[in-house]
Amino acid sequence: MGKVLMKGNEAIGEAAIKAGCFNYFAYPITPQSEVAEYLSRRMPEVGGVFLQGESEVAVGYMLFGAAGCGARVFTTSSSPGISLMSEALSYISSAQLPAVFVNIVRGGPGLGGILPSQADYFQATKGGGHGDYRLLVLAPDGVQEAVEMVMMAFPLAEKYRNPVMILGDGLIGQMMEPVEFPDHLISEPSNKDDWATSGMDTRNRKDRNLVKSLFLNAELLEEHNRFLKAKYDRMKQEEIRYESYNTDGDYKVLIVSYGIISRVCRTAIDMFKTEGLEVGMIRPQTLFPFPENAIKEAVSKSGCKAAISIELSMGQMVEDVERSVQGVCPVHWYGKAGGDVPTPEEIMGVVKPLSK
Amino acid sequence: MAKTFKKTAALSDQHTHYCPGCTHGVIHRLVAEVIDELDVRGRAVGIAPVGCAVLAYNYFTFDFQEAAHGRAPAVATGIKRVRPDLIVFTYQGDGDLASIGMGEIIHSANRGEKFTSIFVNNTVYGMTGGQMAPTTLSDQRTTTSPSGRDVADVGMPIKVAELISALETPAYIARQSAIKPKYIVRAKKAIKKAFQYQLENRCFSLVEIVSTCPTNWGMTPIEAVKWTEESMHAYYPLGEIKTPE
Amino acid sequence: MQSEVMFAGFGGQGILLIGDIFAHAAMEEGREVAWIPSYGPEMRGGTAYCLVVTSDRPIGSPIIRNPMHLVAMNRPSLEKFAPMVKTNGVVVVNSSLIPIRADRSDVDELLVPANDIAKDLGTTKVANIVALGAFVARSKIVGFDILRQCVKAMFAAKEKLIPINLEALEQGKKVAEEA
Ligand SMILES: Cc1ncc(C[n+]2csc(CCOP(=O)(O)OP(=O)(O)O)c2C)c(N)n1
Repeated sequence: MGKVLMKGNEAIGEAAIKAGCFNYFAYPITPQSEVAEYLSRRMPEVGGVFLQGESEVAVGYMLFGAAGCGARVFTTSSSPGISLMSEALSYISSAQLPAVFVNIVRGGPGLGGILPSQADYFQATKGGGHGDYRLLVLAPDGVQEAVEMVMMAFPLAEKYRNPVMILGDGLIGQMMEPVEFPDHLISEPSNKDDWATSGMDTRNRKDRNLVKSLFLNAELLEEHNRFLKAKYDRMKQEEIRYESYNTDGDYKVLIVSYGIISRVCRTAIDMFKTEGLEVGMIRPQTLFPFPENAIKEAVSKSGCKAAISIELSMGQMVEDVERSVQGVCPVHWYGKAGGDVPTPEEIMGVVKPLSK
Repeated sequence: MAKTFKKTAALSDQHTHYCPGCTHGVIHRLVAEVIDELDVRGRAVGIAPVGCAVLAYNYFTFDFQEAAHGRAPAVATGIKRVRPDLIVFTYQGDGDLASIGMGEIIHSANRGEKFTSIFVNNTVYGMTGGQMAPTTLSDQRTTTSPSGRDVADVGMPIKVAELISALETPAYIARQSAIKPKYIVRAKKAIKKAFQYQLENRCFSLVEIVSTCPTNWGMTPIEAVKWTEESMHAYYPLGEIKTPE
Repeated sequence: MQSEVMFAGFGGQGILLIGDIFAHAAMEEGREVAWIPSYGPEMRGGTAYCLVVTSDRPIGSPIIRNPMHLVAMNRPSLEKFAPMVKTNGVVVVNSSLIPIRADRSDVDELLVPANDIAKDLGTTKVANIVALGAFVARSKIVGFDILRQCVKAMFAAKEKLIPINLEALEQGKKVAEEA
């Protein structure tokens, strides 16, 4: 299959199908309703399930049920909807079910706006629902990477039996870019019958399976939480992904930036180069686990005077950058949260003084 | 010469953002006229939904709150319980009231909360671009039911007024329409009754108003009126469904 | 080289569609492309616009305050966007509906009576395609042959509409060449 020009939202829908996910539940919300509109046509064509739930609260639990009985399943929503699903995310994490959630983030808090934003960083990486749980969070910077991450998300969710969240933004959802779909189906893991409520007859299972999250016994709950923690620690060992830009030579400032705004930073870095100023960038592709070591190493390079977190929020990822830098150099922040994406020139204006 | 028509004090001078042929503007006016006729503007509080009417507070000149999607009845409950002297109403679309907010509306109605709900049924999610709603008619095409609502798959459209009338507690439930003067006159009467019952401290009242959405139906305003009269009025009969004994 | 084109008009004028066709043409030529629409309820009744960025390198920032070129299909969009166009950019003005001018001496302003031409062809619905033809003939950002192919591909499901749209494209080109 060659390149096709597709809107991010539609490409995300198609990518899920290409990844072998034929079950989709959702509730409309701007700026991602096109995923539901697209899949309302496509799922019947491929014999899949499309259902518009009555609310995101309900949709969250539709995923719980579908994932619990062993189906590959996903949903898409935007910030206020993800808040409503956060309760289910807590239950799904505890019950250790693989499911994929896509958040096409819009401005907040409250109803906020519908323009691009990254203000759900904390919600995605630090919880949002109750209890000690973590989501594996992937952050694409364009339509092609959104497709690749959706396709990656299902096997990752199944590997860890944990929800995976894709954190996009309104611009990635709404814009069209050329995309190429790897055209192989990813097969389902065969061990789902070990835990899924797939019916005892399916594989002539002798023991019944339970999908649950209640542990009234203190010891058992402790053990359960330790088991979950070990899983999150394993993600930190095995799943960190990031991209470095202009970090081979020396540089004066390190930008840490992800998603759509990292592309603006890239343009700013190119423009700096023509002026003779070198600036490097680390772009986390996984927000949890976070590329702490890579950032620490990058700022430890001689000549690097400062790090700056550039994000479409009032300063969320910057806390993880500070944690990673561990005092090696000053950490700054620049961001906007109203929906207006800064231009390369604006970013240059903020970064330049840090190189002095 | 006597003045026969004047601006309603409860309505502001703002131009509405509604599309040509949409009936939200008409319904806003009816509510405003009733508020003025009952002389309760000073203690009226409206709750705006999430939907096309999310900015409704720009068009009224009295207190308003904005709710999360579907939660307007819970907000109204909170207000009315702590300030029973206020005249409180929710203004909600079909996605807001009958889908995501069905739980809230049913329980508010059943508790007999003493507020009024104005329920605008245009069969689609207007604001997000015309997706299927719980009230979308059988076989009606929307952006998430591209080959028409398949009732074998998603069930029949919900008759909200009848559904809520099945509860014992609510005081007054009616359905009217906003597409032509003869219907609009009756719609206004129903809205006025609903507010009057609230003033008499009777239990919950709801007026469902059959409305249009030419933009998302892909029709001209005139075609939309015709379709509403032929298709919607047939499935959603107009009249009073529940009145206090 | 990177170039950015703003297509603007009111909802229903087929603004997003000509942006789409143009973006396809650039993609077919092997260039990098990003098509960015205005979205949400503000589209209703107001101005609709989309921005198409094309480049021979991966596109960094898809957010552009000052586009290189503008295709304005109605008056509010000319008023809003003409001051933002970069020096030497092409500004196509749908003169059937816009009585004013860009009022800039540093851009290449091209008046195209797109609605009148389209009406003569049988329907004002193809006014957008007339403007697209004129713009591409003038700016030469993509080849005209590829553009024709992309128009055909866009209407593949409604084959009846192909001839009139191709004709609209040629009429636009003619205006650009004769101006
Ligand atoms: C939790 C949440 N989910 C989804 C949305 C997106 N949303 C905004 S309006 C709307 C539908 C409104 O439809 P309806 O109630 O029928 O009113 P109308 O727009 O037709 O007047 C939706 C789904 C939201 N704002 N919040």
